[in-house]
Amino acid sequence: MTSSLALIILSGVLMAVGVYLVSERSLSRIVLGLASITNSVNILFLIAGGASGEPPIVGQAQPAQMADPLIQAMMLTAIVLSLGLTAFLLAVGYRSWQLFGNDEVQDDLEDKRLAKRSEAVKIAERADKPQRIEVDAEEARDETESRHETTSGDEVLS
Amino acid sequence: MNMNFLVALPVVFPILGAGLSLASASLRRLQGWISISILSIVLTVALALVLLSRSGPIVLDVGGWSSPVGVSLVADRLSSIMLLTSVTVTLAVLVYSVAQGAADGDDAAPIAVYHPAFLLLSAGVSNAFLSGDLFNIYVGFELLLMASFVLITLGGTHDRIRAGTVYIVVSLISSVVLLMAIAFAYAAAGTVNLAQLALRLPDVDPGVRLAIQTMMLIGFGIKAAIFPLSAWLPDSYPTAPAPVTAVFAGLLTKVGIYTIIRTQTLLFPSNRLDFILGAFAIVTMLVGILGAVAQHDIKRLLSFTLVSHIGYMVWGISSSTDDGLGAGIYYAVHHITVQTALFLVVGLIERRGGTTSLIKLGSLAKVAPILAVLYLIPALNLAGIPPLSGFMGKVGLIQASVSRGLPIDWWLIAAGIVTSLLTLYAVTRAWTMMFWQEAPEEMPEKTIPRAMVVSTAALVTVTLGISFGAGPIGRYTWDSATELHQRTPYISSVLPDDERGTGQSSEVTEQAEVKP
Repeated sequence: MTSSLALIILSGVLMAVGVYLVSERSLSRIVLGLASITNSVNILFLIAGGASGEPPIVGQAQPAQMADPLIQAMMLTAIVLSLGLTAFLLAVGYRSWQLFGNDEVQDDLEDKRLAKRSEAVKIAERADKPQRIEVDAEEARDETESRHETTSGDEVLS
Repeated sequence: MNMNFLVALPVVFPILGAGLSLASASLRRLQGWISISILSIVLTVALALVLLSRSGPIVLDVGGWSSPVGVSLVADRLSSIMLLTSVTVTLAVLVYSVAQGAADGDDAAPIAVYHPAFLLLSAGVSNAFLSGDLFNIYVGFELLLMASFVLITLGGTHDRIRAGTVYIVVSLISSVVLLMAIAFAYAAAGTVNLAQLALRLPDVDPGVRLAIQTMMLIGFGIKAAIFPLSAWLPDSYPTAPAPVTAVFAGLLTKVGIYTIIRTQTLLFPSNRLDFILGAFAIVTMLVGILGAVAQHDIKRLLSFTLVSHIGYMVWGISSSTDDGLGAGIYYAVHHITVQTALFLVVGLIERRGGTTSLIKLGSLAKVAPILAVLYLIPALNLAGIPPLSGFMGKVGLIQASVSRGLPIDWWLIAAGIVTSLLTLYAVTRAWTMMFWQEAPEEMPEKTIPRAMVVSTAALVTVTLGISFGAGPIGRYTWDSATELHQRTPYISSVLPDDERGTGQSSEVTEQAEVKP
């Protein structure tokens, strides 16, 4: 079985682009990424079918010179299916934009709940260790403020 | 008389019905009747296939094309029993949802695409079960996924769009992985026909074979929700309407399990990944059930038990003995019905109590004692209380593991028992909170339509039937496991002379060869 090196490289590039896009938050980028990935797999099928050849019609070409017709049937099926799914996903994205004003894929509810709980634990931990207010204020001071300005502020207050 | 045509009907009829149903979208009542009658016919066909396939796999060459060229549909014991279970469950859920629609009136009823999508889902599931061709399995998956996307985002509400998006993207990724596996298999063996692949794959380089096997396991593993690939499930299923969740929970993951069984036994007989599958079975069981224990929402709790109990089926597959696989298939049959029944009951509870939060529910035993019974039977069955079918399945798995006796078997047994006990804890905790605790607020005065209760009760009766018919059903699944491990019945009925199937096209080619 021989295949074109260009096809292999193209398939790899499409897959890399697709994987990058799918890991984004926005649904429209995910749609583009999925389209890119499915096209990469379609080209993978083309590679699996071996070298190109004559149209596979009996009587027009010798069987040895024919291109593999099964591969093309399978690719066509996969293309049609991915078209339908892309259309559906775009509709979902549009609906999401109607509802939320964006098309971002949202977090799992459980994840949100766990994040909130761990935040609550952190706050509770801080509350458990009372510190002298002067020390606390010293630690919590705004880093952007310079020492000089604070003293001058004190002077104004006094 | 040649009964081969029967194999096509479970796929053809629901698609036909979906078309009819879509054409009569303005007549809700008619839609319901079309769906119910179509699925009843398919149920009869599935029953006939179960009986007929006892004497060997039934093969249909679609369109008269001989096997490796054309697509073939094959009903062997495994396909038939899975088909029968899935259609039974689908029909019960359909009656339930029709009753719900009739009770709520046209405004609250599911929108017009519900019935067509539901029938297409059924067609896709049947196609995946019956397909004798790797690519056709992919098409079956896409069919059922497409229908499930419509069903899970039904109505397009806030929550369903949020959960549906993740579900859709994850499902598409799994399909792409599967498609890549198919491309690899075709590149390596030059065919996608399962029987011919089974003949040719042994000659393929072991490394390449392992790569194909791994890719397939990942693709099917996402669909079956095996642990590291299961995170999408507990968030997406519970947001759908009750009947949709019920049919998803019962069927979709099991289609993944079915395809894993089919490809592992037929294509990769000397399974090199048994140990890894066993390890995944252990973590799936434990992680899933620990998630369930932490939940305060009954739908989410049940979704986590669903993930957890997939582990038992993977255990059965990983044991790769007749006893283990047979018990695994029996467990799948049991779990499809029990999990669906539980979700249907939860739908009734949600209707009666107005919520699925365990904290807000209470005193249901007083106001709806029949729900208490309907919940308790499948819940105890899920936990594996004797003499119910969950117990039989688990005992079968444990026996098979004891007789194999590898170190991982003891870990599997330990994990299985712990999971079983934790399941019991989770479902009885839910029971006490829903039925016995004092209701925190007054329950709304609502009645449940009788047909919904009847269809749920019918499914609960089926689960009891699987428990008390454990002898014959267990023997059937054991036979199907032996048939799967022998492999020859499947291969020789699809390709009688190892070269071509029995379609009309072989006669045509012979004539063409003679002529010139």
